[in-house]
Amino acid sequence: MGEVSISRLVQGLPLAGAYIAGTLPSLRLDHLSGDLAHWMWGFTDWLELLADTILIAYVGTVLGGLVALLLSFPAAATLAPAWIVMPVRRFLELLRTIPTLVLALIFVYAFGLGAFAGMLAIAVHTAGALGKLFAEEHENASLAQMEAVRAAGGTWTAQMRFGIFPQSLPGVLSYGLLRFEINVREASVLGIVGAGGIGEELYLAVRQFEYQDISAILLLILATVAAIDLLCGRLRHIVLGKAGA
Amino acid sequence: MRIPFMTPVIFILGALLLVAGLWRMDTSPERIWLGLTKLGWLVALMWPPSAGGVFWELLKSLLESLAMAFLGTLLAAVIAVPLALLGAGNVIGNIMLRFSARRFYDGLRGIDTLIWALIFVAAVGMGPFAGILALAVPDIGVLAKLFSEALEGADRRQVEAVRAAGANRVLAVRIGLLPQVSPVMLSQMLYTLESNARSSTVLGIVGAGGIGLALSDRIRINNWDEVAFIILLILGMVACIDWASRKLRLKLIRPAS
Repeated sequence: MGEVSISRLVQGLPLAGAYIAGTLPSLRLDHLSGDLAHWMWGFTDWLELLADTILIAYVGTVLGGLVALLLSFPAAATLAPAWIVMPVRRFLELLRTIPTLVLALIFVYAFGLGAFAGMLAIAVHTAGALGKLFAEEHENASLAQMEAVRAAGGTWTAQMRFGIFPQSLPGVLSYGLLRFEINVREASVLGIVGAGGIGEELYLAVRQFEYQDISAILLLILATVAAIDLLCGRLRHIVLGKAGA
Repeated sequence: MRIPFMTPVIFILGALLLVAGLWRMDTSPERIWLGLTKLGWLVALMWPPSAGGVFWELLKSLLESLAMAFLGTLLAAVIAVPLALLGAGNVIGNIMLRFSARRFYDGLRGIDTLIWALIFVAAVGMGPFAGILALAVPDIGVLAKLFSEALEGADRRQVEAVRAAGANRVLAVRIGLLPQVSPVMLSQMLYTLESNARSSTVLGIVGAGGIGLALSDRIRINNWDEVAFIILLILGMVACIDWASRKLRLKLIRPAS
Protein backbone atom coordinates (compact mmCIF):
# COMPACT_ATOMS: atom_id res chain seq x y z
CA MET A 1 0.00 0.00 0.00
CA GLY A 2 2.71 2.46 0.94
CA GLU A 3 4.79 1.44 -2.09
CA VAL A 4 7.59 0.49 0.24
CA SER A 5 10.14 -2.17 -0.27
CA ILE A 6 13.37 -2.71 1.52
CA SER A 7 15.25 -1.81 -1.65
CA ARG A 8 13.42 1.51 -1.89
CA LEU A 9 14.19 2.21 1.72
CA VAL A 10 17.85 1.41 1.19
CA GLN A 11 17.90 3.55 -1.95
CA GLY A 12 15.89 6.37 -0.42
CA LEU A 13 17.75 6.89 2.82
CA PRO A 14 21.09 7.88 1.25
CA LEU A 15 19.16 10.21 -1.08
CA ALA A 16 17.51 11.85 1.90
CA GLY A 17 20.87 11.98 3.67
CA ALA A 18 22.56 13.56 0.65
CA TYR A 19 19.74 16.09 0.37
CA ILE A 20 20.03 17.11 3.99
CA ALA A 21 23.80 17.32 3.68
CA GLY A 22 23.31 19.51 0.61
CA THR A 23 21.31 22.02 2.61
CA LEU A 24 24.11 22.61 5.07
CA PRO A 25 26.03 25.83 4.48
CA SER A 26 29.77 25.90 3.90
CA LEU A 27 31.12 27.74 6.90
CA ARG A 28 34.87 28.28 6.76
CA LEU A 29 36.75 29.32 9.82
CA ASP A 30 38.92 31.95 8.09
CA HIS A 31 35.98 34.05 6.91
CA LEU A 32 33.25 32.88 9.24
CA SER A 33 31.37 36.18 9.46
CA GLY A 34 31.17 36.50 5.67
CA ASP A 35 29.88 32.94 5.30
CA LEU A 36 27.40 33.44 8.09
CA ALA A 37 26.11 36.62 6.48
CA HIS A 38 25.77 34.80 3.16
CA TRP A 39 23.89 31.93 4.80
CA MET A 40 21.57 34.14 6.85
CA TRP A 41 21.06 36.73 4.11
CA GLY A 42 17.33 37.07 4.78
CA PHE A 43 17.73 37.23 8.54
CA THR A 44 15.64 40.37 9.23
CA ASP A 45 12.83 39.30 6.89
CA TRP A 46 12.79 35.86 8.45
CA LEU A 47 12.73 37.28 11.96
CA GLU A 48 9.70 39.36 11.02
CA LEU A 49 7.96 36.29 9.59
CA LEU A 50 8.81 34.34 12.73
CA ALA A 51 7.32 37.12 14.85
CA ASP A 52 4.19 36.86 12.70
CA THR A 53 4.15 33.11 13.26
CA ILE A 54 4.30 33.54 17.03
CA LEU A 55 1.61 36.22 16.83
CA ILE A 56 -0.69 33.89 14.86
CA ALA A 57 -0.16 31.23 17.51
CA TYR A 58 -0.72 33.70 20.36
CA VAL A 59 -3.92 35.28 19.03
CA GLY A 60 -5.24 31.87 17.97
CA THR A 61 -4.52 30.39 21.39
CA VAL A 62 -6.13 33.29 23.28
CA LEU A 63 -9.28 33.49 21.15
CA GLY A 64 -9.64 29.70 20.94
CA GLY A 65 -8.95 29.45 24.67
CA LEU A 66 -11.71 31.96 25.47
CA VAL A 67 -14.23 30.01 23.40
CA ALA A 68 -13.00 26.81 25.04
CA LEU A 69 -13.47 28.33 28.48
CA LEU A 70 -17.05 29.38 27.71
CA LEU A 71 -17.93 25.95 26.33
CA SER A 72 -16.05 23.96 28.99
CA PHE A 73 -18.57 24.68 31.78
CA PRO A 74 -21.56 23.21 29.92
CA ALA A 75 -19.29 20.32 28.83
CA ALA A 76 -18.41 19.27 32.40
CA ALA A 77 -20.50 16.27 33.46
CA THR A 78 -20.60 17.31 37.12
CA LEU A 79 -21.79 20.85 36.43
CA ALA A 80 -24.46 20.61 33.73
CA PRO A 81 -27.35 18.24 32.92
CA ALA A 82 -26.56 15.34 30.59
CA TRP A 83 -28.69 16.64 27.71
CA ILE A 84 -26.48 19.74 27.52
CA VAL A 85 -23.16 17.97 28.13
CA MET A 86 -23.54 15.50 25.26
CA PRO A 87 -24.10 17.93 22.35
CA VAL A 88 -21.46 20.37 23.63
CA ARG A 89 -18.91 17.54 23.86
CA ARG A 90 -19.74 16.29 20.36
CA PHE A 91 -19.33 19.84 19.06
CA LEU A 92 -15.90 20.20 20.71
CA GLU A 93 -14.91 16.82 19.25
CA LEU A 94 -15.88 17.98 15.79
CA LEU A 95 -13.80 21.16 16.17
CA ARG A 96 -10.66 19.29 17.14
CA THR A 97 -10.93 16.38 14.70
CA ILE A 98 -10.79 18.42 11.49
CA PRO A 99 -7.06 18.90 10.82
CA THR A 100 -5.87 22.50 11.27
CA LEU A 101 -4.45 22.55 7.77
CA VAL A 102 -7.78 21.58 6.23
CA LEU A 103 -9.47 24.37 8.19
CA ALA A 104 -6.76 26.74 7.00
CA LEU A 105 -7.39 25.76 3.36
CA ILE A 106 -11.11 26.46 3.76
CA PHE A 107 -10.57 29.74 5.66
CA VAL A 108 -8.03 30.96 3.12
CA TYR A 109 -10.77 30.54 0.55
CA ALA A 110 -13.37 32.36 2.65
CA PHE A 111 -11.31 35.12 4.30
CA GLY A 112 -8.59 35.57 1.71
CA LEU A 113 -4.86 34.80 1.83
CA GLY A 114 -2.95 35.81 4.92
CA ALA A 115 -2.40 35.41 8.61
CA PHE A 116 -6.03 36.00 9.58
CA ALA A 117 -7.18 32.71 8.02
CA GLY A 118 -4.36 30.81 9.71
CA MET A 119 -5.14 32.37 13.07
CA LEU A 120 -8.81 31.36 12.74
CA ALA A 121 -7.87 27.78 11.86
CA ILE A 122 -5.66 27.56 14.94
CA ALA A 123 -8.35 29.17 17.11
CA VAL A 124 -11.01 26.66 16.00
CA HIS A 125 -8.78 23.64 16.64
CA THR A 126 -7.61 25.10 19.97
CA ALA A 127 -11.21 25.67 21.11
CA GLY A 128 -11.97 21.99 20.52
CA ALA A 129 -8.81 20.64 22.13
CA LEU A 130 -8.78 22.95 25.16
CA GLY A 131 -12.53 22.78 25.71
CA LYS A 132 -12.27 19.09 26.54
CA LEU A 133 -9.22 19.51 28.80
CA PHE A 134 -10.76 22.49 30.62
CA ALA A 135 -13.99 20.54 31.16
CA GLU A 136 -12.03 17.68 32.74
CA GLU A 137 -10.26 20.21 34.93
CA HIS A 138 -13.66 21.59 36.09
CA GLU A 139 -14.90 18.06 36.78
CA ASN A 140 -11.99 17.53 39.16
CA ALA A 141 -12.89 20.64 41.16
CA SER A 142 -14.61 20.13 44.50
CA LEU A 143 -18.32 20.89 44.44
CA ALA A 144 -18.39 22.22 48.02
CA GLN A 145 -17.42 25.76 47.02
CA MET A 146 -20.05 25.78 44.29
CA GLU A 147 -22.68 24.69 46.83
CA ALA A 148 -21.60 27.57 49.08
CA VAL A 149 -22.15 30.08 46.29
CA ARG A 150 -25.52 28.53 45.52
CA ALA A 151 -26.48 28.70 49.20
CA ALA A 152 -25.65 32.41 49.15
CA GLY A 153 -28.13 32.81 46.27
CA GLY A 154 -25.70 32.83 43.31
CA THR A 155 -26.95 32.04 39.80
CA TRP A 156 -25.42 29.19 37.76
CA THR A 157 -23.02 31.67 36.13
CA ALA A 158 -21.95 33.00 39.53
CA GLN A 159 -21.50 29.46 40.84
CA MET A 160 -19.17 28.69 37.94
CA ARG A 161 -17.30 31.98 38.16
CA PHE A 162 -16.74 32.01 41.94
CA GLY A 163 -17.17 28.35 42.94
CA ILE A 164 -15.44 26.34 40.20
CA PHE A 165 -13.23 28.64 38.13
CA PRO A 166 -10.81 29.66 40.92
CA GLN A 167 -10.13 25.96 41.55
CA SER A 168 -9.48 25.04 37.93
CA LEU A 169 -7.57 28.23 37.02
CA PRO A 170 -4.04 26.79 37.47
CA GLY A 171 -4.90 23.78 35.33
CA VAL A 172 -6.54 25.98 32.72
CA LEU A 173 -3.49 28.26 32.48
CA SER A 174 -1.12 25.31 32.33
CA TYR A 175 -3.02 23.62 29.49
CA GLY A 176 -3.27 26.97 27.70
CA LEU A 177 0.50 27.41 27.80
CA LEU A 178 1.03 23.83 26.59
CA ARG A 179 -1.35 24.49 23.71
CA PHE A 180 0.53 27.68 22.83
CA GLU A 181 3.73 25.63 22.40
CA ILE A 182 1.93 23.24 20.06
CA ASN A 183 0.34 26.12 18.16
CA VAL A 184 3.69 27.78 17.48
CA ARG A 185 4.74 24.55 15.74
CA GLU A 186 1.50 24.36 13.80
CA ALA A 187 1.69 28.03 12.80
CA SER A 188 5.11 27.40 11.27
CA VAL A 189 3.53 25.28 8.51
CA LEU A 190 0.37 27.29 7.80
CA GLY A 191 2.23 29.35 5.19
CA ILE A 192 2.35 26.28 2.94
CA VAL A 193 -1.35 26.79 2.18
CA GLY A 194 -1.01 30.60 2.14
CA ALA A 195 -2.19 31.25 5.68
CA GLY A 196 0.68 33.44 6.87
CA GLY A 197 3.88 33.02 8.85
CA ILE A 198 7.30 31.58 8.05
CA GLY A 199 5.95 28.46 6.26
CA GLU A 200 5.51 30.24 2.94
CA GLU A 201 9.16 31.29 2.81
CA LEU A 202 10.26 27.75 3.64
CA TYR A 203 7.95 26.30 1.00
CA LEU A 204 9.45 28.66 -1.59
CA ALA A 205 12.97 27.71 -0.57
CA VAL A 206 12.22 23.98 -0.95
CA ARG A 207 10.41 24.53 -4.24
CA GLN A 208 13.20 26.62 -5.75
CA PHE A 209 15.97 24.37 -4.43
CA GLU A 210 17.56 27.17 -2.39
CA TYR A 211 19.32 24.56 -0.31
CA GLN A 212 21.07 26.84 2.14
CA ASP A 213 17.94 28.86 2.81
CA ILE A 214 16.17 25.67 3.88
CA SER A 215 18.68 24.92 6.60
CA ALA A 216 18.84 28.57 7.70
CA ILE A 217 15.04 28.83 8.08
CA LEU A 218 14.79 25.42 9.76
CA LEU A 219 17.46 26.44 12.26
CA LEU A 220 15.55 29.65 13.05
CA ILE A 221 12.28 27.73 13.49
CA LEU A 222 13.99 25.23 15.79
CA ALA A 223 15.52 28.01 17.87
CA THR A 224 12.16 29.78 18.16
CA VAL A 225 10.32 26.61 19.14
CA ALA A 226 12.97 25.76 21.72
CA ALA A 227 12.84 29.28 23.19
CA ILE A 228 9.02 29.19 23.41
CA ASP A 229 9.11 25.72 25.02
CA LEU A 230 11.61 26.90 27.60
CA LEU A 231 9.61 30.05 28.40
CA CYS A 232 6.31 28.18 28.67
CA GLY A 233 7.91 25.49 30.82
CA ARG A 234 9.06 28.17 33.28
CA LEU A 235 5.65 29.85 33.30
CA ARG A 236 3.91 26.51 33.85
CA HIS A 237 6.09 25.83 36.86
CA ILE A 238 5.19 29.22 38.31
CA VAL A 239 1.46 28.71 37.67
CA LEU A 240 1.37 25.19 39.11
CA GLY A 241 3.73 26.08 41.97
CA LYS A 242 1.41 28.90 43.04
CA ALA A 243 -1.48 26.47 43.23
CA GLY A 244 0.52 24.13 45.45
CA ALA A 245 1.59 26.85 47.90
CA MET B 1 -2.27 34.86 44.92
CA ARG B 2 1.13 35.97 46.11
CA ILE B 3 1.56 38.95 43.79
CA PRO B 4 -1.91 40.42 43.25
CA PHE B 5 -0.70 43.71 41.74
CA MET B 6 1.10 41.86 38.93
CA THR B 7 -2.03 40.08 37.71
CA PRO B 8 -3.77 43.12 36.15
CA VAL B 9 -0.47 44.22 34.53
CA ILE B 10 -0.06 40.81 32.85
CA PHE B 11 -3.71 40.88 31.86
CA ILE B 12 -3.45 44.32 30.23
CA LEU B 13 -0.20 43.45 28.42
CA GLY B 14 -1.80 40.26 27.11
CA ALA B 15 -4.85 42.13 25.87
CA LEU B 16 -2.66 44.76 24.17
CA LEU B 17 -0.68 42.05 22.40
CA LEU B 18 -3.96 40.50 21.26
CA VAL B 19 -5.18 43.80 19.79
CA ALA B 20 -1.81 44.45 18.15
CA GLY B 21 -1.91 40.97 16.64
CA LEU B 22 -5.39 41.40 15.25
CA TRP B 23 -4.40 44.79 13.83
CA ARG B 24 -1.36 43.31 12.12
CA MET B 25 -3.53 40.63 10.54
CA ASP B 26 -5.74 43.33 8.95
CA THR B 27 -8.76 42.34 10.96
CA SER B 28 -11.78 44.51 10.30
CA PRO B 29 -15.50 44.04 10.92
CA GLU B 30 -16.19 44.10 7.17
CA ARG B 31 -13.60 41.43 6.54
CA ILE B 32 -15.04 39.17 9.21
CA TRP B 33 -18.56 39.77 7.97
CA LEU B 34 -17.62 39.12 4.34
CA GLY B 35 -15.70 36.01 5.30
CA LEU B 36 -18.53 34.65 7.40
CA THR B 37 -21.02 35.20 4.57
CA LYS B 38 -18.71 33.36 2.22
CA LEU B 39 -18.23 30.60 4.78
CA GLY B 40 -22.00 30.20 5.19
CA TRP B 41 -22.31 30.01 1.43
CA LEU B 42 -19.61 27.29 1.34
CA VAL B 43 -21.34 25.25 4.03
CA ALA B 44 -24.60 25.51 2.06
CA LEU B 45 -22.74 24.24 -1.03
CA MET B 46 -21.33 21.34 1.00
CA TRP B 47 -24.79 19.85 1.46
CA PRO B 48 -25.43 17.13 0.46
CA PRO B 49 -21.95 15.53 0.58
CA SER B 50 -21.17 13.56 -2.54
CA ALA B 51 -18.39 11.20 -3.53
CA GLY B 52 -18.46 12.57 -7.07
CA GLY B 53 -18.61 9.04 -8.49
CA VAL B 54 -15.08 8.12 -7.36
CA PHE B 55 -15.92 6.60 -3.98
CA TRP B 56 -13.54 3.65 -4.38
CA GLU B 57 -10.64 5.86 -5.39
CA LEU B 58 -11.23 8.07 -2.37
CA LEU B 59 -11.43 5.03 -0.11
CA LYS B 60 -8.18 3.75 -1.57
CA SER B 61 -6.35 7.00 -0.83
CA LEU B 62 -7.87 7.03 2.65
CA LEU B 63 -6.47 3.54 3.22
CA GLU B 64 -3.16 4.77 1.84
CA SER B 65 -3.16 7.47 4.56
CA LEU B 66 -3.89 4.82 7.16
CA ALA B 67 -1.12 2.56 5.85
CA MET B 68 1.31 5.50 5.96
CA ALA B 69 0.33 6.20 9.57
CA PHE B 70 0.82 2.56 10.53
CA LEU B 71 4.16 2.08 8.76
CA GLY B 72 5.43 5.46 9.96
CA THR B 73 4.68 4.54 13.57
CA LEU B 74 6.30 1.13 13.18
CA LEU B 75 9.45 2.53 11.57
CA ALA B 76 9.70 5.20 14.27
CA ALA B 77 9.32 2.64 17.07
CA VAL B 78 11.96 0.32 15.61
CA ILE B 79 14.48 3.17 15.45
CA ALA B 80 13.39 4.71 18.76
CA VAL B 81 14.12 1.67 20.96
CA PRO B 82 17.94 1.73 20.61
CA LEU B 83 17.91 5.54 20.78
CA ALA B 84 15.85 5.38 23.98
CA LEU B 85 18.44 3.09 25.56
CA LEU B 86 21.05 5.76 24.81
CA GLY B 87 18.93 8.42 26.48
CA ALA B 88 17.97 6.47 29.61
CA GLY B 89 19.98 7.30 32.72
CA ASN B 90 19.89 3.81 34.21
CA VAL B 91 21.24 2.17 31.03
CA ILE B 92 23.94 4.58 29.95
CA GLY B 93 25.93 6.19 32.72
CA ASN B 94 27.64 8.76 30.50
CA ILE B 95 25.95 12.12 31.17
CA MET B 96 27.34 13.87 28.07
CA LEU B 97 26.07 11.14 25.76
CA ARG B 98 22.68 11.15 27.44
CA PHE B 99 22.38 14.94 27.27
CA SER B 100 23.26 15.09 23.57
CA ALA B 101 20.88 12.20 22.81
CA ARG B 102 18.02 14.10 24.47
CA ARG B 103 18.76 17.35 22.63
CA PHE B 104 18.79 15.35 19.40
CA TYR B 105 15.27 14.04 20.13
CA ASP B 106 14.13 17.60 20.86
CA GLY B 107 15.46 18.68 17.49
CA LEU B 108 13.55 15.95 15.66
CA ARG B 109 10.35 16.88 17.49
CA GLY B 110 10.74 20.63 17.03
CA ILE B 111 10.08 20.51 13.28
CA ASP B 112 6.53 19.80 12.15
CA THR B 113 5.63 16.65 10.19
CA LEU B 114 4.56 18.73 7.22
CA ILE B 115 7.98 20.39 6.96
CA TRP B 116 9.62 16.97 7.02
CA ALA B 117 7.17 15.96 4.29
CA LEU B 118 8.28 18.93 2.15
CA ILE B 119 11.90 17.92 2.59
CA PHE B 120 11.35 14.23 1.89
CA VAL B 121 9.22 14.91 -1.16
CA ALA B 122 12.11 16.95 -2.54
CA ALA B 123 14.63 14.26 -1.53
CA VAL B 124 12.96 10.93 -2.44
CA GLY B 125 10.17 12.07 -4.76
CA MET B 126 6.40 12.40 -4.43
CA GLY B 127 4.31 9.60 -3.01
CA PRO B 128 3.50 7.73 0.19
CA PHE B 129 7.11 6.73 0.80
CA ALA B 130 8.01 10.37 1.50
CA GLY B 131 4.95 10.54 3.76
CA ILE B 132 6.04 7.52 5.79
CA LEU B 133 9.49 9.01 6.37
CA ALA B 134 7.96 12.39 7.26
CA LEU B 135 5.66 10.78 9.84
CA ALA B 136 8.45 8.62 11.27
CA VAL B 137 11.15 11.24 11.82
CA PRO B 138 9.44 13.51 14.39
CA ASP B 139 7.90 10.39 16.01
CA ILE B 140 11.37 8.97 16.54
CA GLY B 141 12.01 12.02 18.71
CA VAL B 142 8.72 11.69 20.60
CA LEU B 143 8.93 7.93 21.14
CA ALA B 144 12.62 7.92 22.06
CA LYS B 145 11.91 10.52 24.74
CA LEU B 146 8.85 8.68 26.11
CA PHE B 147 10.58 5.28 25.96
CA SER B 148 13.64 6.53 27.79
CA GLU B 149 11.45 8.05 30.50
CA ALA B 150 9.63 4.72 30.82
CA LEU B 151 12.96 2.90 31.08
CA GLU B 152 14.12 5.21 33.84
CA GLY B 153 10.95 4.50 35.80
CA ALA B 154 11.51 0.72 35.64
CA ASP B 155 12.33 -1.43 38.65
CA ARG B 156 16.07 -1.79 39.20
CA ARG B 157 15.93 -5.10 41.10
CA GLN B 158 14.93 -7.25 38.15
CA VAL B 159 17.94 -6.02 36.17
CA GLU B 160 20.20 -6.79 39.10
CA ALA B 161 18.70 -10.27 39.45
CA VAL B 162 19.52 -11.06 35.83
CA ARG B 163 23.03 -9.63 36.27
CA ALA B 164 23.50 -11.74 39.43
CA ALA B 165 22.58 -14.84 37.46
CA GLY B 166 25.63 -14.14 35.31
CA ALA B 167 24.17 -12.39 32.28
CA ASN B 168 26.04 -9.65 30.44
CA ARG B 169 24.74 -6.06 30.18
CA VAL B 170 22.92 -6.55 26.88
CA LEU B 171 21.06 -9.59 28.19
CA ALA B 172 20.25 -7.77 31.42
CA VAL B 173 18.58 -5.00 29.43
CA ARG B 174 16.79 -7.47 27.18
CA ILE B 175 15.48 -9.78 29.92
CA GLY B 176 15.44 -7.58 33.00
CA LEU B 177 14.41 -4.19 31.63
CA LEU B 178 12.48 -4.39 28.34
CA PRO B 179 9.71 -6.78 29.52
CA GLN B 180 8.87 -4.35 32.32
CA VAL B 181 8.30 -1.42 29.99
CA SER B 182 6.95 -3.12 26.87
CA PRO B 183 3.25 -2.58 27.80
CA VAL B 184 3.96 1.12 28.36
CA MET B 185 5.86 1.31 25.09
CA LEU B 186 3.04 -0.36 23.16
CA SER B 187 0.47 1.97 24.63
CA GLN B 188 2.61 4.99 23.68
CA MET B 189 2.91 3.58 20.16
CA LEU B 190 -0.88 3.41 20.00
CA TYR B 191 -1.11 7.08 20.96
CA THR B 192 1.39 7.89 18.25
CA LEU B 193 -0.65 5.88 15.77
CA GLU B 194 -3.75 7.91 16.65
CA SER B 195 -1.85 11.14 16.14
CA ASN B 196 -0.37 9.89 12.86
CA ALA B 197 -3.78 8.84 11.55
CA ARG B 198 -4.71 12.53 11.82
CA SER B 199 -1.45 13.92 10.41
CA SER B 200 -1.34 11.50 7.49
CA THR B 201 -4.56 12.93 6.07
CA VAL B 202 -2.98 16.32 5.31
CA LEU B 203 0.40 15.20 3.97
CA GLY B 204 -1.04 14.84 0.48
CA ILE B 205 -1.31 18.64 0.29
CA VAL B 206 2.46 18.78 -0.31
CA GLY B 207 2.45 15.61 -2.44
CA ALA B 208 3.42 13.06 0.19
CA GLY B 209 0.61 10.57 -0.47
CA GLY B 210 -2.77 9.84 1.08
CA ILE B 211 -6.15 11.52 0.95
CA GLY B 212 -4.84 15.08 1.38
CA LEU B 213 -4.13 15.48 -2.32
CA ALA B 214 -7.73 14.70 -3.25
CA LEU B 215 -8.94 17.10 -0.57
CA SER B 216 -6.79 20.08 -1.60
CA ASP B 217 -7.65 19.47 -5.27
CA ARG B 218 -11.39 19.54 -4.54
CA ILE B 219 -10.96 22.80 -2.61
CA ARG B 220 -8.97 24.32 -5.47
CA ILE B 221 -11.66 23.53 -8.05
CA ASN B 222 -14.54 24.44 -5.69
CA ASN B 223 -16.24 21.04 -5.48
CA TRP B 224 -17.48 21.67 -1.97
CA ASP B 225 -19.87 18.72 -1.80
CA GLU B 226 -16.91 16.42 -2.41
CA VAL B 227 -14.82 18.33 0.14
CA ALA B 228 -17.53 17.68 2.73
CA PHE B 229 -17.57 13.99 1.79
CA ILE B 230 -13.80 13.65 2.17
CA ILE B 231 -13.85 15.45 5.53
CA LEU B 232 -16.57 13.06 6.72
CA LEU B 233 -14.46 10.10 5.53
CA ILE B 234 -11.49 11.44 7.51
CA LEU B 235 -13.61 11.97 10.63
CA GLY B 236 -14.93 8.42 10.34
CA MET B 237 -11.45 6.94 9.94
CA VAL B 238 -10.08 8.92 12.89
CA ALA B 239 -13.02 7.83 15.07
CA CYS B 240 -12.46 4.15 14.13
CA ILE B 241 -8.73 4.33 14.91
CA ASP B 242 -9.36 6.05 18.24
CA TRP B 243 -11.93 3.43 19.19
CA ALA B 244 -9.71 0.48 18.23
CA SER B 245 -6.70 1.97 19.93
CA ARG B 246 -8.63 2.61 23.15
CA LYS B 247 -9.82 -1.02 23.19
CA LEU B 248 -6.29 -2.31 22.65
CA ARG B 249 -4.86 -0.03 25.32
CA LEU B 250 -7.37 -1.23 27.88
CA LYS B 251 -6.35 -4.81 27.05
CA LEU B 252 -2.69 -3.87 27.55
CA ILE B 253 -3.21 -2.22 30.91
CA ARG B 254 -5.39 -5.04 32.29
CA PRO B 255 -4.11 -8.17 30.55
CA ALA B 256 -6.68 -10.97 30.60
CA SER B 257 -8.01 -10.39 34.10
